[in-house]
Amino acid sequence: MEITGAQLFVKALRKEEVNILFGYPGGQAIDLFDALYGQSDIEVILPRHEQGLIHAADGYARSVKKTGVCLVTSGPGATNLVTGIATANYDSVPLVCFTGQVPTHLIGNDAFQEVDIVGITRNICKYAVTVRNRQELGTIIKKAFYIAATGKPGVVVVDIPKDIQQEYGDDTYPNTVEIRGYKPSVTVHEGQIKKALTALKQAERPLFLVGGGVVVAGAGKEMEKLVDITGIPVVSTIMGKGAIPTSHPLYIGNIGIHASYAANKAISECDVLCSIGTRFNDRITGKAGTFASKATLIHIDIDPASISRNIAVDIPIVADAKKAISHLLEKTESYDCEAWKKQLEELKKLYPLARKQTGLTPQFIIEKINEIFDKLIVVTDVGQNQLWTTQFLELNEEKQMLTSGGLGTMGYGLPAALGAKLGNPEKHVVAICGDGGIQMNIQELATAVVQELPVIVCILNNGYLGNVRQWQQMFYNNRYSSTCLKYRKGCKTGCTGPGKMCPVYTPDFVKLAESYGALGIRVTSEEEVEAAFKQAIENDLAPTLIEFIIEPEENVLPIVPPGRQLSEMIMEY
Amino acid sequence: MKKRWLCLFVENEVGVLARITGLFSGKAYNLNSLTVGTTQDETVSRVTISLFSDDQLFEQIKKQLNRMVEVIKVIDYTDIDIYRKEIMFLKILKCTENDCAFLFQFSEVYGIRIFDFNKDSVLMESIKAEEENNLMLQLLYKRLDNPIEIVRGGSVAIEAV
Repeated sequence: MEITGAQLFVKALRKEEVNILFGYPGGQAIDLFDALYGQSDIEVILPRHEQGLIHAADGYARSVKKTGVCLVTSGPGATNLVTGIATANYDSVPLVCFTGQVPTHLIGNDAFQEVDIVGITRNICKYAVTVRNRQELGTIIKKAFYIAATGKPGVVVVDIPKDIQQEYGDDTYPNTVEIRGYKPSVTVHEGQIKKALTALKQAERPLFLVGGGVVVAGAGKEMEKLVDITGIPVVSTIMGKGAIPTSHPLYIGNIGIHASYAANKAISECDVLCSIGTRFNDRITGKAGTFASKATLIHIDIDPASISRNIAVDIPIVADAKKAISHLLEKTESYDCEAWKKQLEELKKLYPLARKQTGLTPQFIIEKINEIFDKLIVVTDVGQNQLWTTQFLELNEEKQMLTSGGLGTMGYGLPAALGAKLGNPEKHVVAICGDGGIQMNIQELATAVVQELPVIVCILNNGYLGNVRQWQQMFYNNRYSSTCLKYRKGCKTGCTGPGKMCPVYTPDFVKLAESYGALGIRVTSEEEVEAAFKQAIENDLAPTLIEFIIEPEENVLPIVPPGRQLSEMIMEY
Repeated sequence: MKKRWLCLFVENEVGVLARITGLFSGKAYNLNSLTVGTTQDETVSRVTISLFSDDQLFEQIKKQLNRMVEVIKVIDYTDIDIYRKEIMFLKILKCTENDCAFLFQFSEVYGIRIFDFNKDSVLMESIKAEEENNLMLQLLYKRLDNPIEIVRGGSVAIEAV
């Protein structure tokens, strides 16, 4: 039977078991949207901006562990996806992004709303392609879903010209696809596994480092078992946090520039480091050449290009984290490293992340979240709010954290929280944002209202772009250049900090929430926190925005200063 | 930093070359030359790349190329016997009679073909390894002050039988 390209598109979505699509229509996508009209098995969510749209799809995909699907129009619709594509791809989130395109005969003519979105996104996604003729549409969509979800997951862009959406053609959608240049690794090299086990056996101070790859592979349970059996302590990157419960007695903490002291010390002192699913980003390694310098390095990663790129590795293992861990589990045994465990435990006790402070601190708020919520997904924005969350949030099988770790995209928190809530209606979804990041996609409050999504949006309002302000305070001599969000035209130049004369903050977040139809609460003292969360939980058909007024110059500590090694942390400032 | 040679088999599709060159520019790899053409299988193009890098970066570049969906195969020519040739056109302008005579001699000695000329210009083609072509230019510049228009095609390479 002959069907249009648009009809084949919908058929493909059904075959791929897509039940939620994040879409924003426009002239060159109108046929695709038309084919989605009046059906009920694919729910179409209409966010208010394409950047919000793709972050929502990202939050959905991360939390459900399923490929997220975006559909936007050509030109500005497509370019508005760019930040979200890079965000998702950097954190190995599977997304397929369909973009409308001008008809094939107009491509290259600088037509209305024409951009070369494949050319623009080529370097920030896993694969990007323009469909050139109707016959190949089915195969390309099949390829897109396959590439997005397999190997190291990522983003695929499929650009569909309007005439191909309209053209009649074959109605078949292939069940399988063969791509000769794309063969993700499915095996584990037994010899390398043996070498890794031998190295671990000979170690006096062995350590596991888990990264986002363990979370992406859904290998948390296996990892926990591996830690239990071996008795080897474990540290994580922020993307790997939660892979095993943070309350696990052998879990030391996050490593990196805002790590726990004990975790960074563990990296500096260990003699065998077994890293799984991390690419050794500069945020975790500190000064190049000093990272785990006493250790034999075992590195398990699905992506061969991540191995020995940033850090030279002794025993590389290219494999999916879950498979590799299972292979390790088959032959592993208990290791005796009591002295080392004791040393780390003492460090952990001696230098806890938690600081003795009073008042409405981020730590207090996040600890309240730990206390109040059981089944929980926390989505962070980017900046201090994110760093505090990665420090203080407790995670386990029931509690998940989503964060833009690789690209560090402000504006991620709220829309990604919507996506997470859509995919996990039974869980509480809390977004933790700063007053800067929230304003980058605040329009998505409307989406949450119309979709009746009771997400709880926490704004830690310090009136600053706090993370940059902190760097300006610590490393740039208090020169608060363009980081004050209270600034008004009348302010004196060369401001070095907040004072009594500071202007009133704009917008009034509580009123703004109310105008969207959300519940708005302002919290100014620690006594009000619990009641605010309780009220938010009761408000179960609409989002709640809670604005926490926190200390303007609160810092994220400890911190490894730029260019220093991990063991050189500033603990207090 | 050493000069290296790679051969890629890639899908003969729109945008593949852009993706490969985009990798080199985006990651600040030092590309020396790149040629591309179709093969006996018209759906496959073959790319010959020369680049400058140290050992560690070279490994990384190969992995990055390998992980591209459109790249079917990457062959490292470092330890393989290969034949390499580059076509170079030279148009030597403002030639005197003496210059012309010299160029005809030069072409005979070094096995370069002159395939067009008029009273004051000579058009030559040199099909040699890249380094030999460099040497030809050096020799010419030593003897001549004439303006020379140079077109170099980049190297193609094939494994010895």
